[in-house]
Amino acid sequence: MNDNIIITEDLTKKFGSFTACDRISFSVKKGEIFGFLGANGAGKTTAIRMLCGLLLPTSGKASIGGYDIYKDTEKIKLNIGYMSQKFSLYEDLTVKENIEFYAGIYRLSTKEIKERSKLLISELGLERSADSLIRSLPLGWRQKLAFSVAVIHSPKIVFLDEPTGGVDPVTRRQFWDLIYKAADDGISVLVTTHYMDEAEYCGRISMMVDGKIAAMGTPAELKSSYNVGSMYEVFLHLARGKNE
Amino acid sequence: MNKFKGFVYKEFLHLIRDYRTMIILIGMPVIQVILFGFAIRNELNSVNIGILDRSKDEMTQKLTSKILSSDYFILKEYLADESQIDAAFKKGLVKEVIVFESGFAEKLQKEGRAEVQIITDASEPNMANLALSYTTGIILDFSQSLSAGKDRSFIITPEIKMLYNEELKSVFMFVPGIMATILMLISAMMTSITITREKEFGTMEVLLASPLKPYQIILGKVAPYLLLSLVNLTLILWISMTVFGMPVRGSMILLIAECALFITTALSLGILISTVAGSMQVAMMISLVGLMMPTVLLSGFIFPIENMPWPLQWISHILPAKWFVIIIKNIMLKGTGFSYVYKETLVLISMTVFLLGLSIKKFKTRL
Repeated sequence: MNDNIIITEDLTKKFGSFTACDRISFSVKKGEIFGFLGANGAGKTTAIRMLCGLLLPTSGKASIGGYDIYKDTEKIKLNIGYMSQKFSLYEDLTVKENIEFYAGIYRLSTKEIKERSKLLISELGLERSADSLIRSLPLGWRQKLAFSVAVIHSPKIVFLDEPTGGVDPVTRRQFWDLIYKAADDGISVLVTTHYMDEAEYCGRISMMVDGKIAAMGTPAELKSSYNVGSMYEVFLHLARGKNE
Repeated sequence: MNKFKGFVYKEFLHLIRDYRTMIILIGMPVIQVILFGFAIRNELNSVNIGILDRSKDEMTQKLTSKILSSDYFILKEYLADESQIDAAFKKGLVKEVIVFESGFAEKLQKEGRAEVQIITDASEPNMANLALSYTTGIILDFSQSLSAGKDRSFIITPEIKMLYNEELKSVFMFVPGIMATILMLISAMMTSITITREKEFGTMEVLLASPLKPYQIILGKVAPYLLLSLVNLTLILWISMTVFGMPVRGSMILLIAECALFITTALSLGILISTVAGSMQVAMMISLVGLMMPTVLLSGFIFPIENMPWPLQWISHILPAKWFVIIIKNIMLKGTGFSYVYKETLVLISMTVFLLGLSIKKFKTRL
């Protein structure tokens, strides 16, 4: 077995005549942080949804943790974590109840649930808010909690769909610390974003333009190949290229 | 099954946290039963009437006192002539005027028949109808008692003929309807809302990407409302039995079993709505307009189905509530056993199987 957690080959999704994802091929290694960058509507979310088993691809191949996305959907679901674009915690439940609920549906035992939720709460410094409703927490805290909950069952890979939308830069930095920690623990991370500064935090990046992967590589590689100083300029370069 | 238990637990937490909705859901049936039972009576109570007696003989006086002693009518005015009738109505003094023709007793003795005219204020149609049928009933009764024991018959013809419903107790008619409405509301509407809520908040994506099976998501969502419906059912039955003396003449077990069947029908309708509706608002609109209104108006608990034009009658056939109301009335009021309601039960069962099958098929396991 190689240590590629995700392998996709010409993965395509069409909605009618519109092609949201056009022959996407890439692979993600164990513990790697892989970024999907692109403007809104570039096909990032569609790609993630296909990999999570939420959308059926039109054509192409993909496997996650060695399981085929067409045949082994149920096995894949046990091995992934998913944080959706919309907020994924229940606002009318408390911090603790949310953690216990998500831990529960991923088949953790009662003992494990107790241990992990205690650990998670102390890691995030949420001891004092453990019994308050999610609704009363600031957005940044909720996002961090949502991420921790998405990896509570130690999945092989976690999918993050624009996890930091609307979050201030300081909290965003803290959020990325959590992502690094998860990656250190051997969890692969596939994250979509349209913040170009976040691109610098990723191990490898694929730039998506109009459903296609326009460029792929480490941030340093991409910057040097386009001979620019920042990811933002790389993005502008690619986005402009498509208009000409 | 651990994850399923956790899921159901979470659903109960939602329900408890949203305590306002829960108070409404439990309070509403109580208030409805009491309202329908006390306020919206179909029984007649002290209706003001006027009497125009052109004959003023022994017979008309006997009949008048019989009508007045019924407790349903209060004599407000003795009218002198026809011209006063209109004025009495317009002033709102009376709701009904009874007119005896001249020579009433004489005609009755000689010809064996006499006429009474009953005029009612039809601006309140329900009341008018009731007053009319009560009056006719009393007159009929009177003429029968005259004829009794004699070899000749006395016929007093009222202007309008209607059957006298001796034991017309409105609460008995309303309780089955309220049960249908409330169970439909809680089971169908709340289920559809709770499922679309997950869609709207984006948590459905996370649930679908989790190892939870779709049927577990549906069952888990439905469980709290199933329990709430049963609580409500108990409440409605208890109030109507203790406060209004509503009988359950048939088997209680059969009654509860039929209610459970109807709840299942409503729950599957709710799931079906949630597969179609994209937002809570839409789900609520579909439930209210598509389910509640027909249930209230067309299931036969307020308006008799026989009097509807055929397109509406046809619609009423596809309403689960119609069949449920028939079953419940049979069991509670007539005390009939299963052999009398098996046809209606079969209709409900087939509806449920169809709806459940359709909604499971339509429930998208992917986005």
